[in-house]
Amino acid sequence: MTISPDNIVFWQWGPFALNATIVFTWLVMALLTLVSWLVTRRLSTGTELSRWQNLLEVLVSGIRDQIRQVSHQDPGKYLPFVGTLFLFIAMANLLNIVPGYTAPTGSLSTTTALAICVFVAVPLYGIVSEGPVGYLRHYLKPTWLMLPFNVIGELSRTIALAVRLYGNIMSGTVIVAILLSLTPYFFPVVMQLLGLLTGMIQAYIFAVLAMVYIASATSVRRASDPPDAAKQSSTDQ
Amino acid sequence: MENISLIGMVSVITAGLTIAIGSLGPALGEGRAVAQALSAIAQQPDESGTITRTLFVGLAMIESTAIYCFVVAMILIFANPFWDYVVAPAGG
Repeated sequence: MTISPDNIVFWQWGPFALNATIVFTWLVMALLTLVSWLVTRRLSTGTELSRWQNLLEVLVSGIRDQIRQVSHQDPGKYLPFVGTLFLFIAMANLLNIVPGYTAPTGSLSTTTALAICVFVAVPLYGIVSEGPVGYLRHYLKPTWLMLPFNVIGELSRTIALAVRLYGNIMSGTVIVAILLSLTPYFFPVVMQLLGLLTGMIQAYIFAVLAMVYIASATSVRRASDPPDAAKQSSTDQ
Repeated sequence: MENISLIGMVSVITAGLTIAIGSLGPALGEGRAVAQALSAIAQQPDESGTITRTLFVGLAMIESTAIYCFVVAMILIFANPFWDYVVAPAGG
């Protein structure tokens, strides 16, 4: 039994191994890029629109609404990063219904890479929003005594992001493998259905947590005015 | 007792204990959280969207402690470094 797609090697050339994690990551990336490119080639602004454009519009506006509700800020500049995280993880987990596919998120390498992206993005967004000094001052709140705890918290939540996603997906795979040897045919299918739900929720949670971390680094200045206006505009439409 | 059997025995027992004790706390916590969220939705059905979103995020945070225990148990069984260390010289 292999508990990680890292161990499934398709092709080896010297020290470079092309394992299942890399192949399926590329597959998911290619699929997302290709579908988005094909759909956005012919966009219509009228009332007649293709069903694929409708799908993408629902996705984008849904992600924008969620970002606005979580961060109480304009979602425009967070949409590319958080939306990509969500779409990539969701697509990587949902493709589990295809036979022969193993989710790249079931490998600790993939989830660590995603968590490091969040780890780098938080200070970037914070510095752009508040300036370097304003961002670094976050670490001294509420008093300078909390400095080591803030630094440790920054590191530990990155590890937690990575291990949470990895553990959830990997546990689904392992449980299905164990059930296959005990009670084949029925229960593994039920557990895989549950795995699809878990994968969707984990994608959502990863994106929401990334947004919460970014918002906590940026939202000090603007916390007062926009939430009411944003809430009203979202309920009015 | 021989080193190999000792390490194997301790690893298996510890893996079982890890997942058993480690899932107790999160199970109790998740049950409490879901019960509270249900009563909150019953009192304020209009806010069910916000409550559900917060509930899911909170559940994921709680569940991650159980997931950590599961990962440790899996490492103990399938990728135990001490086991590999003991087995390697005996094999080669």
